[in-house]
Amino acid sequence: MAESKYMTINMGPQHPATHGVLRVVLELDGETIVSSTPDIGYLHRGIEKIFENRTYWQGQPLTDRLDYTSGMSNNLAYCLAVEKLLGIEIPKRAQYIRVMLSELQRIAAHLLWVSTHALDMGAMTVLFYGFRERESCLKVLEKVSGARLMPDYIRFGGLREELPEGFLKEAKAFIDDLPRRIDEYETLLTENVIWKRRLKDVCPLSAEDAIGYGVTGPVLRASGVNYDVRKAYPYTSYEDFDFEIPLGTAGDIYDRYLVRLKEMRQSVRIVDQAIQKLPDGPIKADAPEYVPPEKTDVSKDMAALIRHFKIMADGIKPPKGEAYASIESSKGELGFYIVSDGSEKPYRVRIRPPSFLNLGSVSKMIEGSLVADVVAAIGSIDIVLGEIDK
Amino acid sequence: MSDNSEFLKILSDKVAGVKIVPTPPGEPSAMVDRDSIHEALDHLRYDRDLLFDMLVDLFAVDYAGEEPRFEVVYILRSTKNNARIVVKTRTGDEGIETASDLWQAANFLEREIYDMFGLPFANHPDLRRIYNPDDFEGYPLRKEFPLEGKDFDKPFVVDLEKA
Repeated sequence: MAESKYMTINMGPQHPATHGVLRVVLELDGETIVSSTPDIGYLHRGIEKIFENRTYWQGQPLTDRLDYTSGMSNNLAYCLAVEKLLGIEIPKRAQYIRVMLSELQRIAAHLLWVSTHALDMGAMTVLFYGFRERESCLKVLEKVSGARLMPDYIRFGGLREELPEGFLKEAKAFIDDLPRRIDEYETLLTENVIWKRRLKDVCPLSAEDAIGYGVTGPVLRASGVNYDVRKAYPYTSYEDFDFEIPLGTAGDIYDRYLVRLKEMRQSVRIVDQAIQKLPDGPIKADAPEYVPPEKTDVSKDMAALIRHFKIMADGIKPPKGEAYASIESSKGELGFYIVSDGSEKPYRVRIRPPSFLNLGSVSKMIEGSLVADVVAAIGSIDIVLGEIDK
Repeated sequence: MSDNSEFLKILSDKVAGVKIVPTPPGEPSAMVDRDSIHEALDHLRYDRDLLFDMLVDLFAVDYAGEEPRFEVVYILRSTKNNARIVVKTRTGDEGIETASDLWQAANFLEREIYDMFGLPFANHPDLRRIYNPDDFEGYPLRKEFPLEGKDFDKPFVVDLEKA
């Protein structure tokens, strides 16, 4: 091998600060990074391939396993794409519940981020505080679906079932308490000298680069680009809600932190409005060909039972065509492009994972910074390897 | 979604070999000849009326049995016009020219297509497999690639004599 004046070191794949199994090969000049190459695929399960060989219904639980910190959002993105293919309209009540759940999921995911990122940076206390609230948030989500991480609750055509009794009260209690808790994290971090020194002006990403790399989500908005799918292409009645898009200016890690905290406060507002405005009505679309009947009907009504079996066993057959639907998940724009050939299995399912494209910008971000900042940079884009590797 | 037909019209006026095709149930998309794809993308990226500065997604679809076999799909977004359009091209095993000189995002996305479909991208700066190991055989998202290995249902036995 040719003599090089640079040292090559290997970070990961079993490095706790890489949030999963990410390996980064760093080329160093002393402590400074000359170049870096991310190496992914350690968690590759071929989800896109599995999709092509399952019915539309069977594809649904696979989406939970992409970004395992925000299952509800993944369900929603997949459902929106399938519903676009089917051309069915979802009742308002189901739409509002979808909004409520995906915002609660965003809060849970951001709480996880704040906690673990603070831990990465050496501030351990925040982890205990953040996980305390995340636990109550997951308990609320668990109440509707029975699962903490893999909800599989938002189904195409609406929702799996009606909200359980007492859910709204619990959700309301949680979001009423949360702003006070976010203030607590802020007292610990926002003006903390060590935190600021560690994150301010570290690994910035200019607006131009962020757009060029296809970065989305809080990382893009921290660079000052106002792009949020919820506002740009409103889905699931987001246009009915009043909320703001927090933006950063410098595009450094500190701004990403501030944007995420502000986003949580906005999510609280959205959930609050959704609870207040929640209309009555059905939670499933009126499309008997595609949407299975209520479970309570299945046990009483023979025709409903037959319909249920027909839909579950044969699967549904969307008309030939292709549809792209995207949502703003906690990481960025999560999109599903589904090609249907008119059969009961999708011909091709393309998942646009936000973390994958965000990771592409890391090499640019850390160029010229110190080794210790790599941990901060990787943490700051909030990657989930389950989604990157698919 | 805002109306994208005016952008497709501008594109088809400027570049030869661009057809506006219906894409039910959504809005129409642009089908570009394989040889003019880079020129078309360059116009989309830098033309004053278009300015599609963000490559939202780039992927391939394998239409096995059709000729040419692969469809490469670009989803582009213009921050300035708040517009999103879909541009497609068809190619066989020979692949197409890279778009990574226009959007850095294409670097990773083209590597993924190369890994999954075996389509090479000419002038790509770093064309390697991205998910699978370098010595992996076959291209998983091609239709002929099996879902299970041929010994999938047999128990895994270690031959201690040989080991």
